[in-house]
Amino acid sequence: MNWWKRLWRRTQMEAQLEKELTFHLEQHTSHLVAHGITPDEARRQARLALGGPEQVKEKCRDARGTRWLEDLLQDTRYALRTFRQKPGFTLVALLILSLGIGATTVMFAVINSVLLRPLSYPEPDRLVTLRVVTEQIGELWGFSNLDFGDAKRESQTLALAAWTYGGGTISAPGEPEYVNGREISAELFPTLGISPVQGRAFRPDEDRPGAAAVAIISYGLWQRDFGGETGAIGRSLVYDGKPYTVVGIAPGGFQLDGEADVFTPLEQRQTADPRMQNRAARFLRVMARLRPGFALAEARAELALIARHLAEEYPKSNAGLSMIPNPLQKELVGDVGSTLWLLLCAVGLVLLIACVNIASLLLARAVSRERELAMRVALGAGRGRLARQCFTESALLGLGGGALGVVLAFVSVHPFVAFWPGSLPRAEEIHLDWRVLIFAVGASLFSGLLFGLAPALRVPVRGIDQTLRAGARSIAGSSRRLHSGFVISEIALAVVLLVSAGMLGHTLLALSSLDPGFNVHNVMAARFALSPTPLANPEQVRTAWQDVLDRARRVPEVDSVTLADIIPMREGQNSLPYWTTATPPPPNQEPFALASCVTPDYLKVMGIPLRQGRFFNEHDRIGSEPVVVIDDNLAQHAFDTKDAVGKRIWIPAFGATPVLVVGIVGHVRHWGLATDDHSRVRDQMYYPFAQVPGPLLHFFSSIMSIAARTTIPPLNVVEPLRAELRGAANDQALYEVHTMEQLVSASLARQRFLLLLFGIFAGLALLLACIGIYGVLAYLTGQRVPEIGVRMTLGAKPLDVIQLVLGQSLVMIFVGVGVGTLAALAAGRILNRLVEGMRPADISTFAITIPVLVIAALLASFVPARRASHVDPVTALRQQ
Amino acid sequence: MTPPKSDLPQGTLDLLILKVIALGPVHGYAIAQRLEQVSRGVVQVPEGSLYPALHRLENRGLLAADWKETETGREAKFYRLTRKGHKQLQTETADWQRLIDAIGLILGMADGGAR
Repeated sequence: MNWWKRLWRRTQMEAQLEKELTFHLEQHTSHLVAHGITPDEARRQARLALGGPEQVKEKCRDARGTRWLEDLLQDTRYALRTFRQKPGFTLVALLILSLGIGATTVMFAVINSVLLRPLSYPEPDRLVTLRVVTEQIGELWGFSNLDFGDAKRESQTLALAAWTYGGGTISAPGEPEYVNGREISAELFPTLGISPVQGRAFRPDEDRPGAAAVAIISYGLWQRDFGGETGAIGRSLVYDGKPYTVVGIAPGGFQLDGEADVFTPLEQRQTADPRMQNRAARFLRVMARLRPGFALAEARAELALIARHLAEEYPKSNAGLSMIPNPLQKELVGDVGSTLWLLLCAVGLVLLIACVNIASLLLARAVSRERELAMRVALGAGRGRLARQCFTESALLGLGGGALGVVLAFVSVHPFVAFWPGSLPRAEEIHLDWRVLIFAVGASLFSGLLFGLAPALRVPVRGIDQTLRAGARSIAGSSRRLHSGFVISEIALAVVLLVSAGMLGHTLLALSSLDPGFNVHNVMAARFALSPTPLANPEQVRTAWQDVLDRARRVPEVDSVTLADIIPMREGQNSLPYWTTATPPPPNQEPFALASCVTPDYLKVMGIPLRQGRFFNEHDRIGSEPVVVIDDNLAQHAFDTKDAVGKRIWIPAFGATPVLVVGIVGHVRHWGLATDDHSRVRDQMYYPFAQVPGPLLHFFSSIMSIAARTTIPPLNVVEPLRAELRGAANDQALYEVHTMEQLVSASLARQRFLLLLFGIFAGLALLLACIGIYGVLAYLTGQRVPEIGVRMTLGAKPLDVIQLVLGQSLVMIFVGVGVGTLAALAAGRILNRLVEGMRPADISTFAITIPVLVIAALLASFVPARRASHVDPVTALRQQ
Repeated sequence: MTPPKSDLPQGTLDLLILKVIALGPVHGYAIAQRLEQVSRGVVQVPEGSLYPALHRLENRGLLAADWKETETGREAKFYRLTRKGHKQLQTETADWQRLIDAIGLILGMADGGAR
């Protein structure tokens, strides 16, 4: 019989056991009677020989080997009965636990999918991305096409592939629609190890200038514009004003830094694009797969060598430049990891407080059940058995809370991810899997064990007689200490969360009060790519852009409008080296400045103050003297004076002749409110779009943005503007529309998000700590009712009683605050390291948060104190 | 006057039970009786531990049990050896025999040494 059958057929087996023993006794008796003993005496002797039937049965039951399960069932039934008797306690405990475990599970689910689970490519741990770093300005945007080609050819350890951003309007089939695109090298799909769901990847001979135009489209576009038909392969797609033949459909969910709908071969890109042959134009992202048999360290050494050779051969563009391979997964996830772990720690603390809370409630009950337990020990129950019963109870509570928590996590994980500021990498992969479930069950059992420990340890061993004799109202000193310990740890944990939230709040306040350097109100910025293909010569391109500006000005609510290649606080930047003497400094020692290409109204639109000189005007055009405007940081660094108008600076990207500084403007916190002060490139300069040389115009046309100052809320202008611009530039639409207020606020999104969550957690912690202190004090004063009765009989006033109780709670609160402050200082250091722009923990943070906690805790203890002061001495003494 | 009874050496009750049952299906009371008879009253079988031992052996799969009628027409639980039980009996008997031989040797040697 299986153990579960034995368990299942317990009643039947009990009956059989009874029958077997009865048969034995009867046989023995009749045997003795046959030997001439009287029936009564025979029955007595037979019973004596067998021993106590109950003891024998108990031993037989033990022999079955299912004893522990039967005990477990019994304990479970007992625990459920206890829960039913105290529905209020059970409900509160389950609620607290499900919140704690649910929140922890959500955080773990996100961490599991984003950080722990390998990428969905074959052998994901062999995929790397290649970073380009210079000693001077740190990390560069990416590779130049020529560097990529050389590295690809020379590397033995890595198979390289490259891609860059693209995009354009699809004008057929379907309605004209702007889509994101990616230009990829032919090696990209094989390197990642993915193949199209339909059709094929690019062939190497298609990744050549002048090859037949082919495209791979996304799964989404295939469904949208081609109805998901197999016949889509080989059909034509008019993209960016040029017909392409569709050769493949990318797998669903395939992303290269965000979704894209059209993939085209990299080398086919505008053959006229001078950047393809410019070693200093670093616009490619490079990924690679380690070739079989090579380790990351070997690849790193080899790339260092390749980079050094390139630097020797092309010192002008490559001096001091190194190429560093990094695991792809780490790269994709970026700095999200620290935020996630921080949040997991914070919810972990809340869960811990919840456990401590439930432990103190359970302990209060265990202590009042001490007499019952002592009685059971006296009747022969084993100590282990009783402890097991306590654990069964708390484990059940834990699992119940855990089950509710998982349900909670299941419904809230996607809203949480949607709530994440910016885009969470790998967000589409987040779901609850078996690992998350195991985590939730583990967390539940661990919590159950944690809060079951204290009551289980209370199971009496010795001095049972004293417990029994002492009556119900005795309270052991150790229990009071344990209770105080719970309150102290709850308060300490709450202090950690409160101070962390306070520090984040302080930081956020300090950061938001920083001057961004421009007027954020009533400005909108949007990308607007001019389709360059049909516009053959640079003059046509310039006219097209002028037409865009003119049309935009016709919208009545637009006050002023400008073009710009980079927008403050938005992604995208362009750092250029510059110097102030005719002889360049040694390579990799030249200073860098952030360079923006703009039209004359830029200053007016952004509201950047002009300090000296002038900004650009209509006369700064191609052919006139090249000019720049610099910010006061650059003026200070380069010329050591605020008065730099009329000086000249050399900018190699603009050619060998120096350019004239015509004006000085205020510094803009381009890198975000939190990060700008610590960024490597803090100098800024502006140069006129009208002076961009003709061959570069095509490229600039694909990256320009339009920004406008408006007289009404800026988003209301988007539709009129869109209507006015339609048809201006080959049906291009405005996309990625932001207001400057949104961009400024997004630059603090991480800090705000953390503050919000820490605020919620700290609030929860405060609430739980108050409930805890209330519960413990109510219990402790309840135990002291007779003592209070005696005191009042002897003349104590209600106020004295309140003082007595509050004094007790104050001691706990202060010890808790003390311990918590130390822990909070440590937590503050961690926050400081992980969150940009974080202010260190200062006195004011403590001065604001700790009184809140102390007052809340005192309020929570005032209720039991007041109740104690209303004790009627006579009733109290009678209870004794 | 009955001769003084000895307690069973540790771990031998299971072996004796298996041996008795090996002779044919038998119920609990008969096992107790047979053990007492065969050992000529020398071995005291505590009836209180007989049944737990039977249940333990059944639980380990060495014994199987069926409810059958006795010759007197009563229903009783008859135990019989399983194949696993037979094997266990053989190994345990052999072990026991080896132990007895060894102890006999040691005792004999001590005698010889004194002579």
